[in-house]
Amino acid sequence: MSNEAILHANIGATLDVHGEHQEHHHETFITKYIFSQDHKTISKQFLITGMVWAVIGGLMSVLFRLQLGFPDESFPWLEDLLGKWWAAGGHITAQGYYALVTIHGTVLIFFVLTAGLSGTFANLLIPLQIGARDMASPLLNMLSYWFFFIAGIIMLSSIFVETGPFSGGWTAYPPLSALGDASPGSKSGMDLWIISMALFVVSSLLSGLNYIATVLNLRTKGMSMTRLPLTVWSLFFTAIVGVLSFPVLLSGFILLIFDRNFGTSFYLSDIFLSATGAALPNEGGSAILFQHLFWFLGHPEVYIIVLPAMGIVSEILSINSRKPIFGYIAMVGSMFAITTLTFLVWAHHMFVTGLNPFLGSLFTLFTLLIALPSAIKVFNWLTTIWRGSIRFTPSMLFAIGFVSVFISGGLTGLWLGNSALDIHLHDTYFNIAHFHLVMGVASIFAMFAGVYHWFPKMYGRRMNNTLGYIHFWISIIGAYLIFWPMHYEGLAGMPRRYYDYSIWESFKQFSELNKFISIVVFITFSTQILFIINFFYSIWYGRKETSLNPHGATTLEWTTPIKPGHGNYRKYLNTSLGL
Amino acid sequence: MTIFLTITAIVLIFLVIFQISKANEYISIIKGEEKARKQGNRINAYLMLGFMIVGLVGVWYCNKLLYKKTLLGFPAASDHGEKVDQMLWVTLWITGIVFIITQILLFWFSFKYREQEGKKVFYFPHSNKLEIIWTSVPAIVLAILIIIGLKNWYIITGDAPKNALEVEVTGKQFNWIFRYKGKDDVFGKKYFKVIDEASNPLGLVWKDNETYGLKDDEKAHDDIVVQQTMYVVKGQPVKMIIGSRDVIHDVGLPHFRLKMDAVPGIPTTMWFTPKYTTKEMKEITKNPDFVYEISCDQMCGNGHYSMKGIIEVVTQQEFDAWMAEKSPAYLAAFPEKKNDSQTTASDPASISQDKPIAQKQ
Repeated sequence: MSNEAILHANIGATLDVHGEHQEHHHETFITKYIFSQDHKTISKQFLITGMVWAVIGGLMSVLFRLQLGFPDESFPWLEDLLGKWWAAGGHITAQGYYALVTIHGTVLIFFVLTAGLSGTFANLLIPLQIGARDMASPLLNMLSYWFFFIAGIIMLSSIFVETGPFSGGWTAYPPLSALGDASPGSKSGMDLWIISMALFVVSSLLSGLNYIATVLNLRTKGMSMTRLPLTVWSLFFTAIVGVLSFPVLLSGFILLIFDRNFGTSFYLSDIFLSATGAALPNEGGSAILFQHLFWFLGHPEVYIIVLPAMGIVSEILSINSRKPIFGYIAMVGSMFAITTLTFLVWAHHMFVTGLNPFLGSLFTLFTLLIALPSAIKVFNWLTTIWRGSIRFTPSMLFAIGFVSVFISGGLTGLWLGNSALDIHLHDTYFNIAHFHLVMGVASIFAMFAGVYHWFPKMYGRRMNNTLGYIHFWISIIGAYLIFWPMHYEGLAGMPRRYYDYSIWESFKQFSELNKFISIVVFITFSTQILFIINFFYSIWYGRKETSLNPHGATTLEWTTPIKPGHGNYRKYLNTSLGL
Repeated sequence: MTIFLTITAIVLIFLVIFQISKANEYISIIKGEEKARKQGNRINAYLMLGFMIVGLVGVWYCNKLLYKKTLLGFPAASDHGEKVDQMLWVTLWITGIVFIITQILLFWFSFKYREQEGKKVFYFPHSNKLEIIWTSVPAIVLAILIIIGLKNWYIITGDAPKNALEVEVTGKQFNWIFRYKGKDDVFGKKYFKVIDEASNPLGLVWKDNETYGLKDDEKAHDDIVVQQTMYVVKGQPVKMIIGSRDVIHDVGLPHFRLKMDAVPGIPTTMWFTPKYTTKEMKEITKNPDFVYEISCDQMCGNGHYSMKGIIEVVTQQEFDAWMAEKSPAYLAAFPEKKNDSQTTASDPASISQDKPIAQKQ
């Protein structure tokens, strides 16, 4: 018996559940796979583009970890591979290092964890789980992907400009980001960065409006708001946060474009550049204004990243514990509380900018307050698995992993959110450890969980479980080994975004630890290749899904054919009670 | 060559893992899927338990290895720092306890409630009592943290004592410049457009400038400007008036547990009282190379990582001796004034007469 025959021994009997030909409208290759308006195809486009960016962003972290872990060693092949600008003499250069850090941050936060996560799961799940045939506006949906795609292309091309990509940190604080003479990365690299980000904002707004309209208007009969799965609730709140905060970022960027190109002084004042030996004419601007505009998105952005993760995890924990989610109303309520409070905490990123201390105290209050809904969610997740009957699918493992790293990273938020303590820990490795665990690793874990869980719905096949297990265990051990020791570096005051620590008496003691962390990074990153192989192999050669509802879930997406065609449902659904 | 070998080895490892995993899938189908699934479930449940135990031991071991490298092993070098440390310990205990309890519950539940034959799930969709408990208990704990935090925040950001030594700290790419008031105990005016890298890095207004409508400010004549290393006195409050010449920097003082941004155009302040001289700290830390370093903590360009300043905390006598050696920046810029100022410094009229000469320079 051939392998394929073992895999698909009884597939014939179940072929009729495939609904690919239910909609008899003609589709060419281009309308079906490229300029598709089908939410499921768009979701796959977001996912795969997100994965490409995750690999690029991840490789960047491998490169800068190479510098941090092995600052004294030279790797001649690096220069062959990347060229002089990035790696002269086999060392990552300072300019290369800062470019890598900046693009790593930008790409992972915006392209992977915003577009990749929300884009994938909002597009896939909102229509399927509310019983809709597609998004409210499939055209806007398609445009949203293509704006994202172009934003990505522009970001990618910025890496290849002569003066290098933007290298002033993903937060792009002016004056550094406004003045090409202050940093080579702020020349044409920054122009491309800012255009790319502006297009990305457009993409986010298009999709956000679409998600909100779809959830509000296209719910099938009987699908009242209080019966929505938590995934849909979380994606709905995410869209609201995005629609309200992204325009503020855009306005901040537009002022920055004016300062860069048209000689205005929104952010610039009292500047003398050593590089040119000349004072700039600008007076009266405020560099802090940009930070307010930026963090008014920047903080909600954290929740744009983590809310969908929470929704996905809630759903997966409940299904695989064979129990309803504990405290549905409290879960929705806490997400609502997060959505509201997230607009009142932005200045906790700015405690050391010389902020009015009274304002600082208000932001401390709200910041610690927002820990409350997060705590409620954690306790509800714990109670959800309590006395359940847990099936450890790869998605369940990643969901449990999410809760673990979310707790670890969330608790250090109480350190950083408390203004007096933040004065010491701000912009140190403690901060890096905090946000990578609570937002980076946690959301990536939820994304993995979601992909493993909904892969059968997306491609009609299953991913390999054993690979999934290996992927999970190495990832979670790696994540803790990488980020846990960084708390200690932070407690020693070690600042982030340093190219080399060897001249610092206070920080050079960590060189051994940095080497250790770098090695773990290499191992953990290469493990992710297992996931990518598993993903692409399974699209074409995975086991065919034979069950309509393989996970025994209670949501509507599993009532569609195994591989739903354009339009999802064969007939109008009625989920009213008493049917 | 080694790099190719490594890559080949990695690819081979992947291939092996991949093949084993695929084989597992076939085996599970032949063996009976339900049985294979249950076996996988059991393995993962025990791994959960194992991860919890190894993880907690790992946390302890990591602490053992790294604790002595943090700053917590010896006292904070400023009075504010002591408050921050106190607060840090309270927060550490609270979050530490919550961390251990929740992580143990999470992994213990995962292990304990793994799928088992004959075990029924407990239907438990909500409980208002529980929700109220775990809303109000964290709320009380958070209130404690907020109260402690804000109390310290207002002390740290509050007004500096009257006797504070005021030092102006200016960041530039990629160095620190410090200015002391000099004899008259007043900072002279400065204006960024008259900055001259070599002779006047802060742009002190010490001559008339018609373009910018500036008048020579005598108070700037005795200001003392030093680069990279600043001196402060043990036990005397220091008030830093912080600014930047170009992009945003940040005065990061890990040993004093303080930090404040340097923003162009918007001066910020920070004050603290150093508690130990550099010499004393060398003994406390048992590190003969110990120095109080100023690290730039805000991304400021490609030289960010090398933007290092030093604070020397000394006794009053040492400070006075150091100060006595310093001559005002004005005299360094106008060497010919040295003799004049010694003879006629008390006569303001003579200084104003010199102005045309100064302008010609």
